[in-house]
Amino acid sequence: MTETDTLKQTPLHDLHVALGARMMPFAGWDMPVQYPMGVLNEHLHTRDQAGLFDVSHMGQILLRAPSGQAADAAAVLETLVPANLVDLPKGRQRYGLFTNERGGIEDDLMIANRGDHLYLVVNAGCADSDLALLRRLDGVEVEHVTDRALLALQGPQAARVLSALIPAVANMTFMDVATLNWDGAEVWVSRSGYTGEDGFEISLPADRAREFADALLADPAVAPIGLGARDSLRLEAGMPLYGNDIGADVTPGQAALGWSIPKIRRSGGAREGGFPGADVILPELAQGADTTRLGLRPQGRAPIRQGVTIFDAEAGGTAIGHVTSGGFAPSVGAPVAMASLPAALSPGDIVYAELRGKRIPVEIAPLPFVQPHYKR
Amino acid sequence: MLKFTEDHEWLKQDGDEVIVGITAHASEQLGDVVFIELPEAGREVEAGEEIVVIESVKAASDISAPIAGTITAVNESLSDNPGAVNDDAMAAWFFRIKPAAGAAIDGFMDEATYKALIG
Repeated sequence: MTETDTLKQTPLHDLHVALGARMMPFAGWDMPVQYPMGVLNEHLHTRDQAGLFDVSHMGQILLRAPSGQAADAAAVLETLVPANLVDLPKGRQRYGLFTNERGGIEDDLMIANRGDHLYLVVNAGCADSDLALLRRLDGVEVEHVTDRALLALQGPQAARVLSALIPAVANMTFMDVATLNWDGAEVWVSRSGYTGEDGFEISLPADRAREFADALLADPAVAPIGLGARDSLRLEAGMPLYGNDIGADVTPGQAALGWSIPKIRRSGGAREGGFPGADVILPELAQGADTTRLGLRPQGRAPIRQGVTIFDAEAGGTAIGHVTSGGFAPSVGAPVAMASLPAALSPGDIVYAELRGKRIPVEIAPLPFVQPHYKR
Repeated sequence: MLKFTEDHEWLKQDGDEVIVGITAHASEQLGDVVFIELPEAGREVEAGEEIVVIESVKAASDISAPIAGTITAVNESLSDNPGAVNDDAMAAWFFRIKPAAGAAIDGFMDEATYKALIG
């Protein structure tokens, strides 16, 4: 059996093939990396109009408490995720991290309060281990949703396009979630995404996904977008990617994700600690991590990519870190990168990336590289 | 005389020099080209030596000298407009090379053979 035979397919697989996508294995799924428009134009189209992404490979999970109260499920989830989930209002979504005993990040995820339960969206490559973690918890029932597709519609035209099909989405603001109806199908919509643009993520029954995608693509503002542009969009938006910028050996402080851990869960807070690795993570947040995730703007046009070593001098000197994600940023029109570097560095400082034996000057730059356009 | 390498370079004899670029097939596979690092004119190179770096949105790839010789000129306009490779791969030459003694492009594939190779 070839590798392709064992890859999972999303409900939109036939559509991707029909649209001429170049398919590639990604986290066990056969996914579109780009369409004939090409990564560069797909990226620019999303920033300019609206891009349709198939993110059905991501894990969708429901978490229920016996009481039927989302807050009770949230209290249990807080033993794995250092976020304020108990106070997450109904109809709202929040970003969080699964941490491990070493203080590292097992996965990052979105958590939504849907009234009587929580709805979680996790990374495709981590879904099995996340499910195993969740199933070891007492006091919650874990349901892996496998009969629904997940689509993302991102970009300045997203709200206009989606509200033509589902009018209620027009009233949603950033990080709102709602259970809505589209032509008889129950759709779970959040006003969120991973591009830095205004947009939505839409979960719907797998057997209606093709029809729904066709309806969105019927609007001339909408183009299908593959994983290639998804990666450059999130890089420009300064968002970490699991497996690149964050992972099991990277703490929230080192990942510059301390903001996702609120005061109430930190030392001295009302619900301090109580999550894996709290004894590592909380002191580090209080003191500040030695290294952190910083933005880089290489001088010149050569992209610097994941794994490139960063030095503190143009010749000799010391290796001070490495690039965790990097590439060409189409909307910036220049290469950008994120790197793990000493936290003492600040924007404007110059460091050096060793590229093919040469040291390229690189400026520490604020994240994100493009300003987000969320609807607040 | 137009010849092709297995690494998807096109080679064009021009007097006593050879002009080198990449094929349309290669540029399609690479995707949008965003940066090209060219060798310096005057450099002596060995056959197979990696002398050009092409960065696409997706990844970096190298192309190598098809034959030993001396680089006589490079297409500087590609530094400002690397996307020209995607627009017209045959027009976007990378460098000119003067073959070393005994080096020639006769042994490379002709167009029909190359087309059969890429299917």
